[in-house]
Amino acid sequence: MRLINRHPDRPSRLLLVILPFALVLFAYFMGSAERLMDNPNDKLLPSAVQMTDAVKRLAFTADARTGEYLLWQDTASSVRRLAIGLGISALAGLCLGIAAGTLPLFGAPLSPVLTVLSMVPPLAILPILFIVFGLGELSKVMLIVIGITPCLARDLEQRAREIPLELLIKAQTLGASTWTLMLRVVLPQLLPRLLISLRLMLGSAWLFLIAAEAIASTDGLGYRIFLVRRYLAMDVILPYVAWITLLAWLMDWGLKHLTQRAFPWHQGASK
Amino acid sequence: MSFITVKNVWQQYADQVVLEGLNLSVNEGEFCTLVGASGCGKSTFLRLLLGQERASRGEILLDGQALAGEPDSSRGVVFQRYSVFPHLTVLDNVALGLELPRSPLLGRLFGSTKKEARDHASVLLHKVGLGHSLDKYPAQLSGGMQQRLAIAQALIMKPRVLLLDEPFGALDPGIRKDMHSLLLELWRETQLTVFMVTHDLSEGFSLGTRLLVFDKVRVDPHAPGAYGARITYDIPLNSDRRANRAAVDALPAQLAGTLRIA
Repeated sequence: MRLINRHPDRPSRLLLVILPFALVLFAYFMGSAERLMDNPNDKLLPSAVQMTDAVKRLAFTADARTGEYLLWQDTASSVRRLAIGLGISALAGLCLGIAAGTLPLFGAPLSPVLTVLSMVPPLAILPILFIVFGLGELSKVMLIVIGITPCLARDLEQRAREIPLELLIKAQTLGASTWTLMLRVVLPQLLPRLLISLRLMLGSAWLFLIAAEAIASTDGLGYRIFLVRRYLAMDVILPYVAWITLLAWLMDWGLKHLTQRAFPWHQGASK
Repeated sequence: MSFITVKNVWQQYADQVVLEGLNLSVNEGEFCTLVGASGCGKSTFLRLLLGQERASRGEILLDGQALAGEPDSSRGVVFQRYSVFPHLTVLDNVALGLELPRSPLLGRLFGSTKKEARDHASVLLHKVGLGHSLDKYPAQLSGGMQQRLAIAQALIMKPRVLLLDEPFGALDPGIRKDMHSLLLELWRETQLTVFMVTHDLSEGFSLGTRLLVFDKVRVDPHAPGAYGARITYDIPLNSDRRANRAAVDALPAQLAGTLRIA
């Protein structure tokens, strides 16, 4: 049988899903054991025990200096920044996208500006943000907002343009004004698309957050990783990276299921 | 006096003439079917009537007034596709037409007014045969059901003119028959003036009280876009239905009203 026609059945699919993860872990721990055998003080590839100790110290032991549980404090700070940034971006992107995609008079000036803005590398203007907004929370949130709003807006503008003209005409024959047409026809059709866009932008949002935290912060997941880097503390860095990955994956999963639950009419979006 | 008057209408895109010198006068309650070859301007004419486009030259009068230059609730429309809102249930698709004009700020009604609108919509939906699928989304309906929904949606506004752009073009022949009888029934009950574009000649002949054939009279083989289409045949049809409609119109207004409702 040709390869293209062969499908894995349920158990073998599960096996195939687990296989690459298992291989990576196996390779890591083999390498780790080998290095630690040569030199028990090696820091580059810490063993599972060392990493568990580090996690225990950070997550379940109060910090001697501040009395805080560092992992949870870092997580709370980072997730808060991310949520505020994503929330503002979603709102701004939605408004800009609808305005540019639905109203030709707004689209004419907005479209080119959004295209140009989305090409500005956000990390290149990070110093400007620190100068303008200071080193506090605002500049970190602003980096996320500036980084992903133009892309969200451009995507939603495109989706708004893809709404069949027939529907917009029909709404007008049903007595809609421009405002109610956007509110009852365009907005509800774009909301599921917004969630999908957010899922796609999650990676960038984390990137900008960690970059901002690495440079100027006093807490946060990115801050911690860059802090302990000085001591080559791979036993902290690796669990932190795994934790960030898990958080990002959970957000993605949550947004996907929210799309399915909240917009049952929106078929095939996440399939 | 005629209800819709088309005076010397030309429609031209760049140097492509689509319609030329169109003159037409239609009485209220007529069922006009528009036929002709592909690309001969039937749908363009419908878009002009809808207000989606403006004529390059000439004018269209509705009840003696120049036609509004954008779509509004005086003219209902059903397209071949994309006529219903995918994000609303069947019931809300129809109730939307009652909500939008009454709530300029939010475009939706609440409480008893909302229930009233939904009850009203539900009555109409039962009439077009969608009474059992009120809570479904359009994607869950068959093509014929979606067009029934689109027709109900247009009729809830009580428009004076109903414009149909190949509404049954994508349906099976059997379902098309059902839709014809539904459309005729609704046309008999209301005072609607209907314009229907169709590719199906027999449909054009059996449904309309007037068949309008669009065709190019002049053709320049070296410049295909130089001349547009005109109405080359204007054939009165189904004289029995015309006569019935005329008889009802001749009755005193009060009596005629009760007849139509019945």
